[in-house]
Formats: sequence, structure tokens, C-alpha cells
Amino acid sequence: MNNPASSSDPVSLVSPSTAAKTVPEWRQYLRFLWNAFSQSVEGGWKFYVWMTLLTAVFLVGANAWAVQVRDGMALTSMSDHVSWGLYIANFTFLVGLAAGGVMMVIPAYLYHDEQMHDIVIIGELLAIAAIIMSIMFVVCDLGRPDRFWHMIPGLGKFNFPVSMLTWDVIVLNGYLVINLHICGYLLYKRFRGQAPSTKMYVPAVLLSIVWAISIHTVTAFLYCGLGGRPFWNTAMLAPRFLASAFVSGPAFIIVAIQIIRSQTGRMFGEGAIRTLVSIIRITILINLLMVVSEVFVEFYTGGSHTSAAKYLYFGLHGHNELVPWIWTALTFTLVAVVLFMQSNVNRRPVILNVACLLAFVGLWIEKGMGMIIPAFVPSTLHEIVEYRPSLTEWKVTAGIWALGFMIYTLLLKITINVHSRKLRDASGARTIRSEDSLAMSSEE
Amino acid sequence: MNHSETNKPITPCSGNCSCDGGSREKDPWTGNDGSNRRAVLKGLGATLGVAAYAKALAPLTELTQQTSMAEFLQKHYKELTTDEITVVLDRLTRETKEQYGADVTISDPKPIEGVKFGYGLNLSICNGCRKCAEACHLENNHDRPSNQSYIRVFEMTKGSMDFEKGNVHYEHPVPQPDKYYMPVQCQQCEHPPCVDVCPVEATWKEKDGIVVVDYNWCIGCRYCEAACPYHARRFNWQKPEIAAEEINPDQGYLSNRIRPQGVMEKCTFCLHRTRNGRLPACLEACPTGARVFGDLNDPDSEIRWVLENKRVFVLKEELGLKPQFFYFFDE
Repeated sequence: MNNPASSSDPVSLVSPSTAAKTVPEWRQYLRFLWNAFSQSVEGGWKFYVWMTLLTAVFLVGANAWAVQVRDGMALTSMSDHVSWGLYIANFTFLVGLAAGGVMMVIPAYLYHDEQMHDIVIIGELLAIAAIIMSIMFVVCDLGRPDRFWHMIPGLGKFNFPVSMLTWDVIVLNGYLVINLHICGYLLYKRFRGQAPSTKMYVPAVLLSIVWAISIHTVTAFLYCGLGGRPFWNTAMLAPRFLASAFVSGPAFIIVAIQIIRSQTGRMFGEGAIRTLVSIIRITILINLLMVVSEVFVEFYTGGSHTSAAKYLYFGLHGHNELVPWIWTALTFTLVAVVLFMQSNVNRRPVILNVACLLAFVGLWIEKGMGMIIPAFVPSTLHEIVEYRPSLTEWKVTAGIWALGFMIYTLLLKITINVHSRKLRDASGARTIRSEDSLAMSSEE
Repeated sequence: MNHSETNKPITPCSGNCSCDGGSREKDPWTGNDGSNRRAVLKGLGATLGVAAYAKALAPLTELTQQTSMAEFLQKHYKELTTDEITVVLDRLTRETKEQYGADVTISDPKPIEGVKFGYGLNLSICNGCRKCAEACHLENNHDRPSNQSYIRVFEMTKGSMDFEKGNVHYEHPVPQPDKYYMPVQCQQCEHPPCVDVCPVEATWKEKDGIVVVDYNWCIGCRYCEAACPYHARRFNWQKPEIAAEEINPDQGYLSNRIRPQGVMEKCTFCLHRTRNGRLPACLEACPTGARVFGDLNDPDSEIRWVLENKRVFVLKEELGLKPQFFYFFDE
């Protein structure tokens, strides 16, 4: 609230004009961040209830994680047979969600859909929140998070370019930085009341499109490059990941736009929703087509390699832990397809939201548990050890999602505050005025 | 944000402090009475919040009892000088005494120049007694409650090499007439996928062909466990439990020393034995003589004789990983 940049600076007491000129851009930016943050945590009772609830869930998750770090990963249901579980499932889905965030950027910038320009940031902010969440899921999956520094290039040992995981570290962090830059720059410029310079952000936007594709491709390569896991070892994985990402991302954004509308009472984004629905109509079918192709190859060919798919869809030798999951996912997806195909779905918000929610949850299962677990069941030596997430895993998962929602809420609030001019650079105006007055006094 | 100051002369108090700032118009957020109450509530909320965070994350502080600062800062094995390794080995010996109550000797045997280890297993005479798995359990200081071992013995159905028709959980006298037995452990691949995928180079192939793990460098991501087609890798889901009197005191840094919680481990061909001219524990324990171990570079070694004279195959040859573990039949 108080701006440290100009008022606490002793120089400004002596000569405001020199102070204003010498306040470096980075300090202005830091002040913007501070103002943005402190104002974003202000709100009505609904906001406080929402944030308190999320904080509570997050703390439960944080505590579960802390206990897991202390007592060991034995608190999860993972085993030497199923060595990745709910955490990596969520990680995979969230990388997709982050990539899907750019589905608004593509029409806006590549096809010059001007209507989309202002609300593109909703998708970019989603990407930021989703990337932070996905990184947190990986950290929670580590047996030794205290050795995280071993992965920092220069400090530790970074097995680049051989390990696909190092590629993932690079592209995920890069994507985070790109999106932080774009959002931060655009909001900062608006905060200052200045027009953004296209040189400063359009190249980054174009880069973010390519980068979004890369994060999900690399994440698919993590899995499909492993010859010992036939269920993953398919060239279809990366395209399938992308297609489904471009369903879950837009589905989330459609719902987010409507929530923002109802909370702020401002109607916007009608055109954006139409565009996003048209995108989903295509991508959801492409994804479904790829699922069908995989299922066909698995079952028509037969043999031992079919075991994983058999286990996933029908159960294997009486083991059917995943069967309810995958059929829920398929049902949700099919219902969502039918709903999205309704010609008037754009004008019926309830149906639209239900369709988005079904598609979102369906993909969370299909691409999460449905994609990770069957690769481990049966194991590489065909032993069948099943996996059902433990309470610790559910707590940690809920905690990270809660944190993600908190981050997204605050980022949206900052954006809304900036766009409604509630949050703007008042001191900047003051500086200019004091400069004027000084100029006048010197003339006198 | 100090809009109030815009039309006033600048005073020493800029509002960026806790003082009242005189009779000036107050900032609408913090200045008036209502906001004061709000500020108090917020302060209370923030304090409670911080306390809750501290409480939630408190278990992390207890971790320091397990992990010393020296361990936290320890460099990668390959970057340790001879002196530094001595310091590390001393520390590990001391920590084993403190945490497990056992006096052990931890050494760091290096690969023997010119030697490349290979392992052979005769399927014609293996009878599935699982003495090898038990010997591994004892030799390598495995976690006792989980009965961990680097070797899994499969009871296979005659007429099939498919593990889907195999079973590890057999509890009857062996050998059964319609079965044969197939122990599986690390195949020490020539092109190990587990090494490729490791993001921090915590696992690598040594000159003598043994794939090792630096237990003090591994971050526990378990990517190697996902990459291994032979189920050769194990994770320490919790701190290994083992009674002091059961601990094998003859330990190697890269092999059978007691592993920390949260890291990967695997078969090392008992390098603390084999690099000192002894045989792997699983071989010594085998009552049938089904196991053959030796130097692949030595033309007179038994393993070379087996490779040249027996019908030999490797597991999952189609994956192209070139295992250095060979199965063979007598006739």
C-alpha cells in the first residue's frame, strides 16, 4: 500500500524529480508486484471463505507430505512393482492442462482474433498455476526432496541430454518463466497506464505456443521412450497427450470465464467461449479416435503385450482395481462429446459447464491413473501387484490442487484489479505531478 | 498508493511507518477505524496461519536426525578425492554405529583393471530352492521386515518362456516335475536404460561392467525403476530395519552398506566381494552349482567356456540392452 520506491527513499525528500527519474524499472516492477499481491488478498467474505478453505486443505496436504518425507514413501501405496502412482498421474495431467492454456493464445495471435487478446491472459495464468502444481507433484514424488539441488545444472549433476527427465525440467521451468514474463509484463504496463511494446511480449507469446507443444511432447517422451514398458512404448502417446491437453485446457478456461463473469458481474468472453467450444469439438474427437486406435491395436493383435490393456479395461486374473476408473472416464468423455456436439451448447451455460466438467474429469482419469498404472500392472516380469492410492497420497494431491486454486484465484484477482483500474500506479501520477510543480516553481 | 499526499507538501513522515502521521487524511485501507479492526483481524489471521504452517511442516525438522549436514552437502561419488572418500567412509561407519549399533567396515573397492564380469545360470539344474535369494538378503543388509532381495526366482511352466505363466509365490517342495526355475536379478546391461534415464547421474556403469548407484546422490525419482525391463531395481520405501547382530560388517560404499531411506538400490554382483577375488554370495549359496561367475575378458575363465560350449540365451534380447547375465542349458 505504501510505496517503498518513492516515499521511503530519502533522495525523494530532497529532489523528487531526480528520484523519479532514477527509480529503476526493476524497482518499479517490484513495487507493482507488492501492490498487486497486497491488493489481491483483499476481498469480500466469499473470497475469504474460499481462501481459508483452500488454505486448510493445503495445510492438510503439506502436513501429509512432511510426514511422508520423514517416515518414507512407504506411506504411499506405491511399491517396487507399481513405482509411480497418483502423484505422477496428476503431474502428467497438469502438464497437459498447462499446455492447453495456450489454446486461447493460438487463435488470438496466430489468427489475429482481436476479441481474444484481452482474455488470453486467463489461459496463460492457468498455465502458470498448472506448471507450479505439476512441479510440486514431482517434488512430492521424490524420495529425497532434500537432494533437489543435485538436479540444478552447475551445482549438481544434470544428465542432459540423455535423460528425458532433464529435458522436462528445462521445458517446464522455461514455460513457467515465459508465461510469468508475458503476464507480468502486460499487467505491469497496464498498471503503469502505458501501452505495452509488442517487441517485449509478442515474440514471447509466439515462443510460448511452440513451447506449450514441447512441454507435453517431452512429457510423453518420458514414458514412450521406455522399451521395457510396452503399454507406454507407442508413438501415439505424444499426439494423444496433445489432443487431450487441448480438451482439458479449454474446458477449464470456459468454466473459469463463466465464474469470473458471475463474480464480477461483467459480461465478457462470449466470442472466446465460442472459439474454445469449436476447438474442443474437434480435439475431443481426435483424442477419442486415438484411444480407439490404441484399443484396436492392443486387442486385435493380442499376445502378452495386451495384458496391460486387458487389466485396464476388463481386469486380469481377477484383479480389476482400474476397471471402474477407466469406464467412468470413458462414460464421462462420451457424454461430454454428445453435449459438446449440441448446436446450441454455447447458449446453455449449465449444459456447457457440465460438458466441460465431464471432459475435464474424464481426461484426468484417462491420462492420469489410466495411463500411468497399467504400465506397471502386470510388472515387467508379469507379476500382478495392484495399486490403490493411500490416504497420504490423496491428502497430498488435494493439498496441491488447493494450492493451485489459490494461486490461480490470486492471479485472476490481480488481473481483474489491473483491468478494472482498481490497481494502478497512483504514485506514478504523483511523481509526474510533483515534477510539474517543481518545473513551475523553477520557472517562477 | 499514497493518494493523500499528492496535494500536500512532502513531510518527513511519508506514511510508510507505524506512526499516526498527524491529522492527514488516512489511506482508505488502513486509516479509518473500521479498517483498524480489520487490520487486527488480518494480523490475527496471519499469525494463526503462520502457526498452522509451522505445525503442518514440523515433521520436516525431525528429518535432520537422520540426515547430517555433511551428508546433505556431500559431492557426487565421482567427484570425491581419495581423502574426501576416506572422510565419507568414516562418517558412514560412525553413523551406522549410531543408528544401528553395529561396528562395520565400509570400503570402496575399485574395478580391477582389464576385468569385465559376467554371470551364467544353468537352467537345467537350478531347482528353485531360493537359497540365492536368501543369501542376497543376508549379504546385502536388506530390510528384514520386507524380506527384500535382489533375486526373484520364478517357477516356470515347461513349454513356455513367458513370465505370464510363471509364479514367484510358490510354497511347495521343489523341484516340481512339470516346472523349471528361473532366478532373475540385475542383468548388468551393456546399454542400461536405468543409467540413461537418471536425471542426476546417480547411477552408472563401472569399468568392470557393474551398474552401481551412489546412494548418497540418488534423489529417489524412481525413473530407473520404471525404465528397467528386468525388475532389477528396488526402492527404499522406508529406512531399512535390521538388527545389529544380523548386519554384515563387510560393506562397500557402492554395494551392500545399509542404504538410506528414499533412494534406489540394486544388485552389484557383490562388488565388495568380487573385486577382492571372491565370488558373489548368491553363487556361494547355490547348492546345485547352477551359477557361474567370472571374467569375460579372460579366455580361460569358466564363464567363457560356458558361452562358447553351451546353448546360451539372454532375457528379452529383442530390447537390445545386451545383458551380461546369461542363461544356459546343459544339453
